[in-house]
Amino acid sequence: MAESNDKPKSASRRQFLSTTLKTAASVSLMGVGLGFYAQRANALPPMAIRPPGALPEKDFLGACIRCGLCVRDCPPKILSLAQLGDDLPTGSPYFIARTSPCIMCEDIPCVKACPTNALDHSLTDITQARMGLAVVVDHENCIAFQGLRCEVCFNICPIRGDAITLEYRHNPRSGKHALFIPVVHSDACTGCGMCEKACILDKAAIKVFPIQMAKGELGHHYRFGWKEKARAKHALVTPDPKHRYNLPEGVKYDLQGKGLIFEGKQGAAPNDTPFSSNPLDTLNHNRRSGD
Amino acid sequence: MSLTRRDFIKSNAIAVAAATAGVTLPAGKTALAGEDDGIRWDKAPCRFCGTGCSVLVGVKDGRIVASQGDPDAPVNKGLNCIKGYFLPKIMYGRDRLTKPLLRKKNGKFDKNGDFEEVSWDEAFDIMAEKCKAALKKSWEENKGKPVTKITSRVAMFGSGQWTVWEGYAAAKLMKAGFRSNNIDPNARHCMASAVGGFIRGFGIDEPMGCYDDLEHADVFVLWGSNMAEMHPILWSRLTDTRLTKPGCEVHVLSTYRNRCFELADNGMVFTPQTDLAILNFIANYIIQNKAYNKEFIEKHVQFNKTPTDIGYGLRASDPREKKAKNRMKGKLTKITFEEYAKSVEPYTLEYASKLSGVPKEKLLRLAKVYADPNKKVTSFWTMGFNQHTRGVWVNGLMYNVHLLMGKISAPGNGPFSLTGQPSACGTAREVGTFSHRLPADLVVKKKAHRDIAEKIWKLPEGTVPGKPGYHAVLMMRKLHDGAIDFYWQMCNNQLQAGANMNNESYPGYRNPKAFVVVSDPYPTVSAQAADLILPTAMWTEKEGAYGNAERRTQFWRQQVKAPGEARSDLWQIMEFAKRFKVEEAWPPELVAKAPEYKGKTLYEVLFENGNVNKFPFEGKIRDDRGNEYDNDESAHFGFYVQKGLFEEYASFGRGHGHDLAPFEMYHKARGLRWPVVNGKETLYRFREGYDPYVAKFNPNGDKGDVYFYGNHKKNGGKANIIFAPYEPPAESPDEEYPLWLCTGRILEHWHSGSMTRRVPELYRAFPDAVVFMNKKDARKYRVRNGRYAKIQSRRGEIICKVETRGRNQPPEGLVFIPWFDAGRLVNKLTLDATDPLSKETDYKKCAVKITRA
Repeated sequence: MAESNDKPKSASRRQFLSTTLKTAASVSLMGVGLGFYAQRANALPPMAIRPPGALPEKDFLGACIRCGLCVRDCPPKILSLAQLGDDLPTGSPYFIARTSPCIMCEDIPCVKACPTNALDHSLTDITQARMGLAVVVDHENCIAFQGLRCEVCFNICPIRGDAITLEYRHNPRSGKHALFIPVVHSDACTGCGMCEKACILDKAAIKVFPIQMAKGELGHHYRFGWKEKARAKHALVTPDPKHRYNLPEGVKYDLQGKGLIFEGKQGAAPNDTPFSSNPLDTLNHNRRSGD
Repeated sequence: MSLTRRDFIKSNAIAVAAATAGVTLPAGKTALAGEDDGIRWDKAPCRFCGTGCSVLVGVKDGRIVASQGDPDAPVNKGLNCIKGYFLPKIMYGRDRLTKPLLRKKNGKFDKNGDFEEVSWDEAFDIMAEKCKAALKKSWEENKGKPVTKITSRVAMFGSGQWTVWEGYAAAKLMKAGFRSNNIDPNARHCMASAVGGFIRGFGIDEPMGCYDDLEHADVFVLWGSNMAEMHPILWSRLTDTRLTKPGCEVHVLSTYRNRCFELADNGMVFTPQTDLAILNFIANYIIQNKAYNKEFIEKHVQFNKTPTDIGYGLRASDPREKKAKNRMKGKLTKITFEEYAKSVEPYTLEYASKLSGVPKEKLLRLAKVYADPNKKVTSFWTMGFNQHTRGVWVNGLMYNVHLLMGKISAPGNGPFSLTGQPSACGTAREVGTFSHRLPADLVVKKKAHRDIAEKIWKLPEGTVPGKPGYHAVLMMRKLHDGAIDFYWQMCNNQLQAGANMNNESYPGYRNPKAFVVVSDPYPTVSAQAADLILPTAMWTEKEGAYGNAERRTQFWRQQVKAPGEARSDLWQIMEFAKRFKVEEAWPPELVAKAPEYKGKTLYEVLFENGNVNKFPFEGKIRDDRGNEYDNDESAHFGFYVQKGLFEEYASFGRGHGHDLAPFEMYHKARGLRWPVVNGKETLYRFREGYDPYVAKFNPNGDKGDVYFYGNHKKNGGKANIIFAPYEPPAESPDEEYPLWLCTGRILEHWHSGSMTRRVPELYRAFPDAVVFMNKKDARKYRVRNGRYAKIQSRRGEIICKVETRGRNQPPEGLVFIPWFDAGRLVNKLTLDATDPLSKETDYKKCAVKITRA
């Protein structure tokens, strides 16, 4: 064997042996019991998304009996069962958004087919499904962030206008164009993956992740004040009495809104002449600057 | 738990795919430094819409390997839309045509044969044979007729996507060579009504403003223009102004909610056709409130009315045409301001609101911005106005509003008609590839104009026929009726684009009497119905020039060679001209007037005339950076073809308000806005200081004042306000067909999709046409979102998926279907009703019903 060591043939032979060994090991694992294997591989790879209504991963794996009925009843046949050698528990259902996203059937046949409630039967409105969460992961390559007019993810989103919105921003580089930035909202995104599939980049800049991987979490001590106020429908602390200000004539102050308001043409400062409407301004100004 | 080998491989493949598409964090630049070495970069305007973005094209080893938005282009500053992003990919579709294809049976041409590859020689042989037979028959039919009565059995359907010189060469071959005015561009479907509006209002074609209006207006009003999707980069400029300019407002009017409504401060969905009433209401509001600019009106405006009840441009046998009192009439009658005021008086807020379905407060808010002398208003429109059985009228009503206020020809103030095609202005309009036009706004009807053309072209008097030829829609009818024997379609996809295809265009293309030639890079729907298909070079496979919607002329050099035996339209036109001796195209009495042309070919007469072949070609085109480029046409014909054609063409307009710069300037600049006088571009026409022609025509005018010199001869430089009333459309929903059908485009696909549907990413982003409809209508007609539905009109039916939650949100009673999909031909449903004045089809209004498929 030593003599043929540098020949590629020998290497491939070695590779073959090692592959065979691995397969053999897998086969023996199967003999030991799928349960054990499933436990070992319980970290779901990020690109595999569970069908709609799936219980939290741990509960799901406990409840799913790997019967494959959800896969059988999926109309567009996007669901697969994990197979031996996949990095997820063998026999468990999943889909890959980039190649075959969930089309969000209104009657949710996959959930109906589930005999064990691993896919929760209380899910009857597909827009309430939370299979995963779309995330615009790559702001550098997403062409919308550069100002190109794409918006394919926004346009294809089935929860149109809620799950993905466009945020308009000024494009300081060009100086005269706007940016149309896609923003995903977790309160509406079902994680169906249509956006990831449609992304026109060679590798998608928007990707669907399982929710636990995609979401950050706010410090438990902190609240967003405006959201708390909206939820309570009133200020948590009594609003101020009316403010009053020392202001020159023709000027108002809007505390909660625009701040200083100059009455006159279209709310702009009255600068159509170099002089203030108050003659004292001109007089005193001259005196102060010593002219 | 059996695992087949194939399954195993498949699951491995998925795992690999998952790993490669995995969660790697953005790695910044993906291109390695060495990868860009040796790429030659050069500029070119985008191949798609009328915006006229510029891109940089990267070529290596004879192939376009990269592209980028041109950061120095003033229109787009390096940006592109999603179609522009994929420009290089449109050239490399898997099914590019590389050889001429002829329908044959038993080795001979047969209208019912299968397509077989043939040589260019064989293709031109059969073409010339058919064309000569058609010319001969026309001769016989024209015997004894004056030049103003001549008709022809030869026709060509061209394009606003032709390069400037292609359109020019085609028009010259048709109008002078074949003596046929039966040449029309697909721009007829796109902006013929806008042209009609300009000519009637101002006596000269094309917008007075430019894209700088996008930064200078206080208020934008969109009338039947889904700019958010159709002019994506302009929309990005408009949006930026809305975001950054205090007090800026956006008003949007459409017959359904489209993406522009996302930004709109005042979004208005109106009942189809009632734009006529809304515009008259605004004019009435301005007058009632005495907000009009009295001084401007007195000095610069003439009031007119137009004949009413003019029919719908249908076949004369249609009962609607028989009923029309003033069928196809458009002659203006002068009226006074008071008469005009009286005409618009019935268009009260109440009436306009009731008719249009737009709430009163919204209409009032709209009227107020027009009537406010301190607000600069730019109105944009596209197909909603132009594809309209009263298209010329509605364009005119728009001008009425701007003219009453004097809000015109100034930065931020103006009516602005946008074009859909990259060179609708540059080629179709400026070159005049229409059945009634000649270059630089000249028309075939006027002898003086024909004389100018014949003089420049060095042809005997009486060469160019004086009777306007068949326009696009008439061409289909004539083809169907057997009045056209030879039909050549270039650079467009008319069979998919023309209305009422089941009953007019398809039977026309397949008429056994007609020989139909289609030049295209891809096997389109039109090509499928043709008798001969000519493989065609596209975009940067040739040197080209386009003119965008703001009068900006842009050039590009040939970057790569066309695949196989594909040849440019220009090569095809000029090479085909070699097949005709003058004696075969002209009657003896005309040949007798030009004995020097005896025995010569049309190619020699038209293209070796001392003008076109004036500039030598040195074997390569060189830029200022030392790069070299091919020019296949010039190499073939032995002179700088594009330059010769351009310079001859430009001589029509120089000194006449259509001045183009010298040829070389355009290879150096990212476009110049005409008229270019003494090397200076014109941003705003008709205003002293901005437009040098004002002082020329009106030397005693005030500084900064306007002068509408297009009407200098007609009425002393005044613009026409033209009253036209509301009249109903040709077909409205009824009990049997209860829904309006509106057709149009989407952001991802260009026109008939022949290029963009061959880009996998764009196809994936929006694969097939869907019917956009209201949720309530879906329930009412028992169709479901995402499922197939059958849509039927009196003319045909198609099946497509229902979309109730998409980007377009029609009101109850209206559905919208895009026309890009060759698999779902919406023009089987549409009605070929046209504006009787502009002859442009109304693709926005017909009646359909919808059922579960």
